[in-house]
Amino acid sequence: MTDEKPTQIFIMGKAYDVPPGVTIMDAMEYAGYRFVRGAGCRSGFCGACGTVYRKEGDYRFEFALACQEMVQDGMHLTQLPFTPAPRAAYELPSLDSSENVLLQYYPEIARCVSCNTCTKACPQDLEVMEYVQAALRGDLAEVAALSFDCIQCGLCAMRCPADIKHYHMAQLARRLLSVSASPVPEHLTERLKAMASGACGEELDELVGLDVDALKERYSAREIEPAAEGAA
Amino acid sequence: MNAITYFPGCSLKDSAASFERSTVAVMERLGHPLEELPRWTCCGTVAALATDDLMHLVAAVRNFERAQKIEAEEIVAPCAMCFNTLRQVAMRVNVDVEARDKINAFMNEEEDYEGGVAVRHLLEILRDRVGWDAIEEKVTEPLFDLPVSAYYGCTLVRPSGVGIDDPAAPAVLGDLLEALGATVVKTPFDTECCGSYQVVDRRDLAVDRSLRILRAAITRGAAVIATSCPLCQYNLEEARRGALAEGMLVEATAPVVAYFTELMAAAMGLDEELLPADLRAAVVRSRETTPEGV
Ligand code: FES
Repeated sequence: MTDEKPTQIFIMGKAYDVPPGVTIMDAMEYAGYRFVRGAGCRSGFCGACGTVYRKEGDYRFEFALACQEMVQDGMHLTQLPFTPAPRAAYELPSLDSSENVLLQYYPEIARCVSCNTCTKACPQDLEVMEYVQAALRGDLAEVAALSFDCIQCGLCAMRCPADIKHYHMAQLARRLLSVSASPVPEHLTERLKAMASGACGEELDELVGLDVDALKERYSAREIEPAAEGAA
Repeated sequence: MNAITYFPGCSLKDSAASFERSTVAVMERLGHPLEELPRWTCCGTVAALATDDLMHLVAAVRNFERAQKIEAEEIVAPCAMCFNTLRQVAMRVNVDVEARDKINAFMNEEEDYEGGVAVRHLLEILRDRVGWDAIEEKVTEPLFDLPVSAYYGCTLVRPSGVGIDDPAAPAVLGDLLEALGATVVKTPFDTECCGSYQVVDRRDLAVDRSLRILRAAITRGAAVIATSCPLCQYNLEEARRGALAEGMLVEATAPVVAYFTELMAAAMGLDEELLPADLRAAVVRSRETTPEGV
């Protein structure tokens, strides 16, 4: 550690001195925690690292992604990386988006009292309650727009006094909208057709047969963006 | 002229879309354009008033706070149920400082609501601000002799002190219909309950009550029943549909159920698209049977 004064945080009630200016996730690893679950992309995209904390002297909870938020002195925290919230089973193509499908599959949304607790819990700063309200009136486009940056961490559902599964519901809204309102991408259709008739089969079989080291080598040697035509 | 701050409520954005379309169009024609309250939320519905806790009032108060934010002194709802819920909450939190403080402390992400936003039903605006004469002036295709039953149900008029007219003998909807040139058909069921939310788990009960309202209107020759609440509209229409299918009612005499704003749109000669086909047909029929010069 440098000569900078360490930051004191409390992980599940136990005090740790950690280097200042690191993320909660790095601090937890520094303190000896090993993530098996509760970490994924480490880039703020996967939503696996939902964390709740309270600052000393503050009456409110704060919510964060452990991989994004920096530690602060006197932070009392715990991870809530998973929310047991059932996701409705549906066959997307057979849903009729002229009905209020969201209310049908997630009837709890009708219990919303506009308390806005979900919004306060969102580490992405989304207007969660407002998309639940839009869902109540069947406005798919609004739900999709307001929930677009959702990373499915589930903290909204964990806090909701009405037991709404906001993030699953919004995902259904976005899916419905993409089925009913977005054009079918041609290249994807083509590709799927090709794969169904056996394209890439050999290549896949070969990969499946490789051992871990050989796979690693292939992975690091992969071409991420094919060089543009004519470029050096 | 300042636009009226308008609270649509969820139904008008979904199942009662024709209520909203006609409302917006007639208010525009009357020179009182509506401006939708920004970021409004569900009113909480009258069910929110059934429990004695402040939590269920948060929804309404959040809407008042948003009205306050745009310096609106009132919000106007066309849906009788939203109106009733919002007004009851306003009447409480505008004077009950302790309740208001508690709700404000809970909604700490918003500005404090200071009290003072009034809630009005659209019919009050039509009666008290626009006036029947001004409405009559805008009528280009009077509903000559169209017999219409003015159905109030519960939430427009009850409880007294909250409702917009005499709870036992209301006149506002009838007066409006007369200004449109219609003939008002009075029935003893004008202020009876349609069955309301009972339709969710006691469907038979709601259908039964709604059928009584329909039958009373049929006996007295009404061609249309005018409503102001999407739930009344739903219950009456469902009862009507079921009774027609079972042969308990016949198409020729079963009254069309329509929002009062749709009748206004018809009388003002607004875009036919605003009117459901059955209402359009009823209006045309009544015009055909009205002798010249009446
Ligand atoms: S680990 Fe993926 S969002 Fe934090």
